[in-house]
Amino acid sequence: MTPIAKSPSWPRQLWALVWKDLKLELRTRESITAMLAFAVMAIVMFNFALRLRTDAFRPLAPGILWVTLVFAGTLGLSRSFSNEQVNQCLDGLLLAPYDHSVIFLGKALGNLAFTLITAVLVTPLGAILLDEGLMQPGVWLTIVLGAAGYAGAGTLIAAMASSTRAREVFLPLLLFPLALPLLVAAVIVTAGFVDRAPFDEFGAWLGMIVAFIVLFWAAGVLLFEYLVEG
Amino acid sequence: MIRAERLGKRYGVRPVLRGVSLEVARGEFVAVLGANGAGKTTLLRILATLVRPDTGTLSIGDVDALRQPQRVRQWVGLVSHQSLIYGDLTAAENLRFYGWLYGLRGEQLEARIEWALQRMNLWPRRNDRARTFSRGMMQRLTIARAILHDPPVLLLDEPFTGLDQSAAASLSALLHEAALEGRAVIMTTHEIHRGLEHLSRALILRDGQIVHEQRKDFSPQTLTALLHDDAHR
Repeated sequence: MTPIAKSPSWPRQLWALVWKDLKLELRTRESITAMLAFAVMAIVMFNFALRLRTDAFRPLAPGILWVTLVFAGTLGLSRSFSNEQVNQCLDGLLLAPYDHSVIFLGKALGNLAFTLITAVLVTPLGAILLDEGLMQPGVWLTIVLGAAGYAGAGTLIAAMASSTRAREVFLPLLLFPLALPLLVAAVIVTAGFVDRAPFDEFGAWLGMIVAFIVLFWAAGVLLFEYLVEG
Repeated sequence: MIRAERLGKRYGVRPVLRGVSLEVARGEFVAVLGANGAGKTTLLRILATLVRPDTGTLSIGDVDALRQPQRVRQWVGLVSHQSLIYGDLTAAENLRFYGWLYGLRGEQLEARIEWALQRMNLWPRRNDRARTFSRGMMQRLTIARAILHDPPVLLLDEPFTGLDQSAAASLSALLHEAALEGRAVIMTTHEIHRGLEHLSRALILRDGQIVHEQRKDFSPQTLTALLHDDAHR
């Protein structure tokens, strides 16, 4: 007898993985609720806390926005693999006939979607409270790219941390130092767009964000199999 | 269908499997019996390609499972200790998701979902979230997931756990039927009073080694004696 299961094209399997994560999130709203609540509170608290000590408040807006998105994103990252620990569902994903890198891509795309949803709701709030310049198309481009880089690196580290007992601590401890270059580049590029500076002044930093995306998404595709094996 | 030679696995310094060789042909229904910690689950996880052995070779359906695990996974259905089921998806959604991962789609997938759920008496509950299921129902959904893609190789780790009499009888019939259809079925169990009526062979695993092979007389008394004898060696 021959199996009826086939090795389907990876886009279909990728879609299945993303569909499953989005469906679960729509049902439970665990990640998005936590990320949004944290992000809104962080922006509001930064707004009040920093205004007490400085008049030159607007230059801080890109940094506040990115720190908020990075911390909120970490909440989603830590949940993305903990869902798979329940009932050992990760085994179910590993049993299917495909290259395991598809699981990484599915998880990273899901994490990117959750971070972007958070950004879509929090950035206008940042524009109201901190600097209306945050609503420019260039800033949105930076948010998409920066979130993609963070989702790639974060998913890779979350996969590593998922099998450890202290995963909630392990994830930020490893991820934040790794994501620091991305954070710096994202803040500089966002500030460049907000200040309407000449592109030459910050264009190289945009290139650095793209390089970060390529590096960590490629590393995830290549290494994921080894991270989850056994 | 399944050929494993000298499989060895260590976790740290502790050897879990020590040179296990086994061959299971199409239509064979083999039980692996042994005390807790004998290595039954590790053996099954290696056969399912979830764990790589440190030593030995494994082929399933004439495909080298260590070199081409991706191809082999189409052939294997696994019922493990855990359900591998998402509690916040419905029974049908869980199967649809896994069906997609196995390359099934459209009418074929929907027909397989209905067949698997009907077979496990879960069709009336297909639109209920899995988290609302009892332990026994969850186990039946786990089995439905494992047989969804009609795998030629069925691996089952303590599948009777949590099943009531009726569900256990249904599973027993399914395993018998699976072997008659030409599938290779390997099951680990410590419940020697259930599901062993149609066995082809029973293997006794002790300290990571197969120490006895029983080809006839699978009565609970005989198996108890074998296990008891094994435990006191």
